[in-house]
Amino acid sequence: MRAKSLISTLDFTVEEQDDILSLAGRIAAAPGDYGHLMGGRIMASLFFEPSTRTRLSFETAMLRLGGQVIGFSESASSSAAKGESLSDTIRTIDKYADLIVIRHPKEGAARVAAENTSMPVINAGDGGREHPTQTLTDLMTIRQAKRRLDNLVIGCAGDLKFGRTIHSLARNIGRYKNVSFIFVSPEELRIPTFLRAHLDAEGIRYEETADMERSIGGMDVLYMTRVQRERFFNEQDYIRLKDVYILDTHKMRLAKPDLAVLHPLPRVNEIAYEIDRDPRALYFEQAGWGLYARMALIAKMLGGAV
Amino acid sequence: MQRLVNSIEKGIVIDHIRAGTGVRLFHYLKLDQADFTVVMINNAASLRMGRKDIIKIQNIIDLDYTVIGLIDHNATISVIDGGLIVDKKKLALPQTVRNVIKCKNPRCITASEAQSAHIFHLHDAGARVYRCAYCEDHIQGFEI
Repeated sequence: MRAKSLISTLDFTVEEQDDILSLAGRIAAAPGDYGHLMGGRIMASLFFEPSTRTRLSFETAMLRLGGQVIGFSESASSSAAKGESLSDTIRTIDKYADLIVIRHPKEGAARVAAENTSMPVINAGDGGREHPTQTLTDLMTIRQAKRRLDNLVIGCAGDLKFGRTIHSLARNIGRYKNVSFIFVSPEELRIPTFLRAHLDAEGIRYEETADMERSIGGMDVLYMTRVQRERFFNEQDYIRLKDVYILDTHKMRLAKPDLAVLHPLPRVNEIAYEIDRDPRALYFEQAGWGLYARMALIAKMLGGAV
Repeated sequence: MQRLVNSIEKGIVIDHIRAGTGVRLFHYLKLDQADFTVVMINNAASLRMGRKDIIKIQNIIDLDYTVIGLIDHNATISVIDGGLIVDKKKLALPQTVRNVIKCKNPRCITASEAQSAHIFHLHDAGARVYRCAYCEDHIQGFEI
């Protein structure tokens, strides 16, 4: 039987996901108790495109569980540079490791990897579509900050068209009871049709607006995103839109006192540095919670005694 | 030839094909490679449809019903023997289509991974929308 993989953000049921998040909370409370859980296990960390944050988070997670890591951090140092197909690379790694974590520039690459191995595969980002462990990180942070994942108004601001973290988060947390969204973006960067169709089909409430100041007061969570240069074909469009929604002290004064501000990082300038001192700014804690979420995910996938 | 266009003794008739779609179906079924007689009729008059295409095949062969259902699930298929209809096949939009169409998304892994299968799942039957199993890009049935 093929092992359970995490390819898409909806691969785990709400119950399975809650189970992982609960374990992440227990690990965070007593990380030393889990330091030998993955002893003798090897994680293959296959990064076909550069990623500092996600790769280091996964590798740290495995090392903190007592496991070991093999892999590469760019395709130039893998056999892909010699023209090897992804499926051949995966069939080879299948003989070496217990778990594969893969990032690849092509959409659907993680699914191809899962089809070519009996090991569990974790998608660490494939193209512009899926990044399910970022969503797990976001959910973990919201859960820690708000003590719940239901009955929330989630604001999402910035690049809602290309920002895959927003797409995955909305589809995932939309499964919890009484969650609604306020999408704040310029006209050119509104949520894509496929996400709007999904939310409509699932009966999830949302509003779309271009006015951050008027809408921020109604949010429990504000998820900020970067306007990414690499998603634009045209440099002029990028320059025109990158500074449109900057979160600053003035806007934060209009927000709830217990707002949770999240950002997948890296930030460019969409959150003013002055906000970092505001206790509602949780984006650096978010990176820490991501580590515990990934530790829990690895432990669950490899069936450690937890 | 005239007799074959009007009727066949033994073979298969794919009728009520949406006008303009028959040629595509002809090629997808690889009937251009057939070593038996096949007739392609474009824009035949139809009381129900106004205009329609018809394909008449003078042989009983295994047809790929997935392909026919994908291209036009409203087409009708009659198996003829001794000049009589001996069987009628009902078509439906296939739930999954494997290695018939290719994903048009240049960022999809199937564009660069030669051995990878091309798999689409039916996403919206009403709108005839299929979704790539890998990148989840949509393809509209009539574009196929």
